[in-house]
Amino acid sequence: MIQVEGLTKRYARNVAVDHVSFSVAKGQIVGFLGPNGAGKTTTMRMLTCFMPPSEGTATIAGFDVIKQPLEVKKRIGYLPETPPVYPDMEVGEYLQFVARLKGVPEKEVLRRSEEAAARCFVKDMWSRLIGKLSKGYRQRVGLAQAIIHNPDVLILDEPTSGFDPKQILETRDLIKSLAGDHTIVLSTHILQEVKAMCESLVIINKGRIATSGTMEDLTRRNGAVLELSIPTGAISVDDLRAPFVSIDGVSGVTATDEGGLWRIDVDTQTNEDLRPKLAQIVLAHGWNLYRLDSASVSLDELFLSLTNVVEEVQQ
Amino acid sequence: MRNVLTIARKELNSYFQSPIAYVLIGAYAAMFGYFFWSLVYFFVRASMQAQMQGRSMPMNLNELVIRNLLGNCGVLCLFMIPMLTMRLFAEEKNRGTMELLLTSPLKDWEILLGKWAGAVGMYSSLLFFSSLNLIFLFAYGKPDWKPIAVGYLGLLLQGAAMLALGMFLSSITQNQIAAAFSTFVLLLMLWVFEWMSNMDQNMLTEVLTYMSLLRHNESFIKGVLDLKDVIYYLSVSFFGLFLTARSLESLRYRG
Repeated sequence: MIQVEGLTKRYARNVAVDHVSFSVAKGQIVGFLGPNGAGKTTTMRMLTCFMPPSEGTATIAGFDVIKQPLEVKKRIGYLPETPPVYPDMEVGEYLQFVARLKGVPEKEVLRRSEEAAARCFVKDMWSRLIGKLSKGYRQRVGLAQAIIHNPDVLILDEPTSGFDPKQILETRDLIKSLAGDHTIVLSTHILQEVKAMCESLVIINKGRIATSGTMEDLTRRNGAVLELSIPTGAISVDDLRAPFVSIDGVSGVTATDEGGLWRIDVDTQTNEDLRPKLAQIVLAHGWNLYRLDSASVSLDELFLSLTNVVEEVQQ
Repeated sequence: MRNVLTIARKELNSYFQSPIAYVLIGAYAAMFGYFFWSLVYFFVRASMQAQMQGRSMPMNLNELVIRNLLGNCGVLCLFMIPMLTMRLFAEEKNRGTMELLLTSPLKDWEILLGKWAGAVGMYSSLLFFSSLNLIFLFAYGKPDWKPIAVGYLGLLLQGAAMLALGMFLSSITQNQIAAAFSTFVLLLMLWVFEWMSNMDQNMLTEVLTYMSLLRHNESFIKGVLDLKDVIYYLSVSFFGLFLTARSLESLRYRG
């Protein structure tokens, strides 16, 4: 649905987005993750034809953002960081205005506006002035605006910023319910958001893609963790490691004594799941097994390691 | 075309949703009313004196009242137009709603034509309310309606040209005050250029005088429809729209 290749945006002095490439399949929710100022918004602005890229191409639903911007815009719903609403307008009036802008046929304008309002829980606010709404409601009106013409692709720039916890949960459910019919790209710097909603993610830092892939691929690390209970002193570390080291493909084994409970980390080079073999070894030795898990990195660790937050704080 | 109308309608509505429309209509009505009253007062006194002195020369309403009145309206534009144009783009940029317009399936010219049409519509309503005063002239006198119509057409064309220039200045800033003030200064400059012709006659003063916005309104106010002046106003409007289009384009590149 979305194909991005070598997308670059240069300003006079700096490069905001540097050869970014990724692709998104139909119906997926993709998280665009990165620290503030990483180039998330700029990338989204190029995808929505708000600004042209300096280099590279992006196609959305088969249409090129440079050559066929009108076709792309018809198929995109965009919620910028600050919801693009007019405080002097009433919610209903505003939604109908946007529906007309997006080319919804006149006969359907009212129906579509009401539907979008109902879906985003702002139907009760229909005849309230947008300027009088709280930030959370304004954001929902912004979301209603983005889905009003039933676009193939939704691009949401920090969709839950400014929400209270209940609204965050509701909005996440809403966004998840929109996936399937719509392909969704959402940017955020909140990790829980990505965990809760996204199937795959793109981590971007300083204008470059640090990594991308499905959540599972990115957070799985080859290897496993075991926890065994063996009284301290009953076995030496080397004896404990020996049976594991001899398994094919194992690249490293560390064993640490955690007060009567041994924690053993097994790393491999291959993609093979080692857990059955490990279980057999444990049983053969008659050790008490307390935990056997495939090793994974948490998203937080991954994010921090990729984006060098420490370095940025120092700057 | 539908897009242009959608935007024009929204622009017109937003004037009336903010206090600006009412303040401007009120202020314009007050100023116009004052000019109207003082000119009619002068006219009535003068014609009474003429009668008492036994002169039967009919006095011309068009020449004495309407011509001066419409001439004053042209000058009032200097103050009204910046108020009408300052928010057109500056406000959208400031509020972030520009992103909505630029990511909707619209062409740039549809956006700016819609906004310009909305502003021209608002300005027309100012003219309309002012014209209600003239009903009294028709009720108690016999003015010729054709020169009045031409005069109003002149005011409309002059306003449209000024609005286009003001819209351009609004599109290059986020600050409404800056947009309003720069528009005011530009319009003032274009007005005072014509004073040059009183001082000297050479190439430079002729060009500057030709550029003067109010100068071209003189023939309309006299009731003369001169194609040259119509073309002048239309080309200034076009120039303003063209500059706005360029400015929108550069906005896309700068972000």
